Amino acid sequence: MNIVVCVKQVPDTATERKLRSDDKTLDRDAADGVINELCEYAVEEALLLKEAHGGEVTVLTMGPSKATDTIRKALAMGADKAVHLVDDALHGSDALSTSYAMAQTLKTIGFDVVILGSESTDARTGLLAAMLAERLGVPQLTQANKVDIDGTAIAIQRLTDYGHDKVEASLPAVVSVVEKINEPRYPSFKGIMAAKKKPVQTLGIAEAGIDASQVGLAGAWSEVVDFAAAPPRAAGTIVTDQGDGGTGAAEFLASKKFI
Amino acid sequence: MDDLLRIDDQLSDEQRLIRDTVKEFVADRILPDVADWFEEATFPVKELAPALGELGVLGMHLEGYGCAGLDAVSYGVACRELEAGDSGLRSFVSVQGSLAMFPIWKYGTDEQKEEWLPRMAAGDAIGCFGLTEPDHGSDPGGMRTHAKRDPSGDWILNGSKMWITNGSIADVAVVWAQTDEGVRGFVVPTDTPGFTAPEIHRKMSLRASVTSSLYFDDVRLPASAVLPGVKGLKGPLSCLSEARFGILWGVVGAARACLESAVDYSTSRTQFGKPIGAFQLTQEKLAWMAVGLGQSHLTALHLGQLKDAGTITPRQISFGKLANVRAALDIARQARSILGGNGITLEYPVIRHMNNLESVLTYEGTQEIHTLVLGEALTGLAAYR
Repeated sequence: MNIVVCVKQVPDTATERKLRSDDKTLDRDAADGVINELCEYAVEEALLLKEAHGGEVTVLTMGPSKATDTIRKALAMGADKAVHLVDDALHGSDALSTSYAMAQTLKTIGFDVVILGSESTDARTGLLAAMLAERLGVPQLTQANKVDIDGTAIAIQRLTDYGHDKVEASLPAVVSVVEKINEPRYPSFKGIMAAKKKPVQTLGIAEAGIDASQVGLAGAWSEVVDFAAAPPRAAGTIVTDQGDGGTGAAEFLASKKFI
Repeated sequence: MDDLLRIDDQLSDEQRLIRDTVKEFVADRILPDVADWFEEATFPVKELAPALGELGVLGMHLEGYGCAGLDAVSYGVACRELEAGDSGLRSFVSVQGSLAMFPIWKYGTDEQKEEWLPRMAAGDAIGCFGLTEPDHGSDPGGMRTHAKRDPSGDWILNGSKMWITNGSIADVAVVWAQTDEGVRGFVVPTDTPGFTAPEIHRKMSLRASVTSSLYFDDVRLPASAVLPGVKGLKGPLSCLSEARFGILWGVVGAARACLESAVDYSTSRTQFGKPIGAFQLTQEKLAWMAVGLGQSHLTALHLGQLKDAGTITPRQISFGKLANVRAALDIARQARSILGGNGITLEYPVIRHMNNLESVLTYEGTQEIHTLVLGEALTGLAAYR
């Protein structure tokens, strides 16, 4: 089975994240890049599927050259090879244009199942899986907390407020996963050393069959018009308990329509 | 907390990934519970050893037999991150990899290697190292433990060892004993009749680490138990050089954890209407702690590069062990003073690191012995003989 797992490098959530003042895109130099947390669950699920059904796990990432750190981690966890879509023309792509670029690349490299995290910690749109499936003309099985594959049949379970959905389809398909699905393994030291020798293919947009006019800032369908820092948290209200603290607390909650 | 000198920029991509992996493991699996282990004087070896084995930490710098074959700087960085968790954790790893696996790997027979190294790398078998004795610490050449051949060719081992990390939880002990041919190393399965290893209790340091005595009462070992590759004290001393290299990196992690804790505390703790970090007295402490940390870190990196180049000498390792442990202990003590009363509780990592470092100052060559090694290096005059 040809399993492709899409991973994204995002700014470390533990550091201050910034947008650039010139083109209002993410300032990727301002923070250390780390693998998006949900992508680790996607890698783990891809590895579990490979261990159960055989095949090969290919890591696919779109990002600047420093995204190789993220590829390295996925390879160290156990993926077999990687494809890095990197091109200055991709800078500033929004979700729609990213899904176009990724779909073109997936058509180029081929797949039986595409696995990705259900959202990233930077843009947090959570749209890519659905957009990819639509562009590729294959079923989407999103927000999975369990994946079963039997031959060409694929079924996922999705936790909901009312119970769980069971979604079935046939391969090829796109699957997005949530953090309840598994416990990602640590890259082992041997895996880290072995990752050095694994093939990483670098593709520019031409090689991936991507039309430059449909990607990047110019090709994006959405635009960041303006941004501002979140206002500092306002001082809270202090109610001194003089025997009526309970009433004060209740009045506060009522004023916020909590009760 | 920013690394002022950006020392990790010197690391390779793989070394950074090793750093991040160990750091994540320590954050997930060690830091949430280590204060409890310390308080209860326990080290959950059954859970941690296989997890550390899976990660590849055990015997990480050895080649083959399931080991990762890391370079020296990677080994150091991993020790740094382990000891940022707790010196007891790093001690467990040092003893397993550098004191128990290393002599088997370096001086053992193929059979000894095949029997023990893969299981030890996986964390399925635990090792310990018996050199120090109740009456012979800095002076191991005076050891009383001895092994004699009986007419059948077996070795009969008698004597005792003390301050043995992992002793009571070990499956195998590498024991150094006097023989008619000088000091020899023996691979001793701990279920051999006559071997006992009671735990040493009431320690106030390295509480999240098992420390034991070893007793050998007519322990009968086959001729194949001896490590054939080395005779004399250079055998155990070469193992100590490996482990001391891990220590001089590890304590950088403990010191960093103390400085981080002190910086956090000093910027959130308010006295006289401002954070105590805004007072010049506190800033002076923090600045010197950062200087000590940076210097010891640079020493560790330099020695790592020498070890990778294959040119490091025992004297250089003594320099690092002496300088870095002392720096770490000074940093821990300063951090303790910045945290005030909170500095003595296990709610913060500082007193745990500080107490641990008191052991680290003494074990694997006391600060006095390493001082004399440097004295001899400078003067050509050996003060301890």
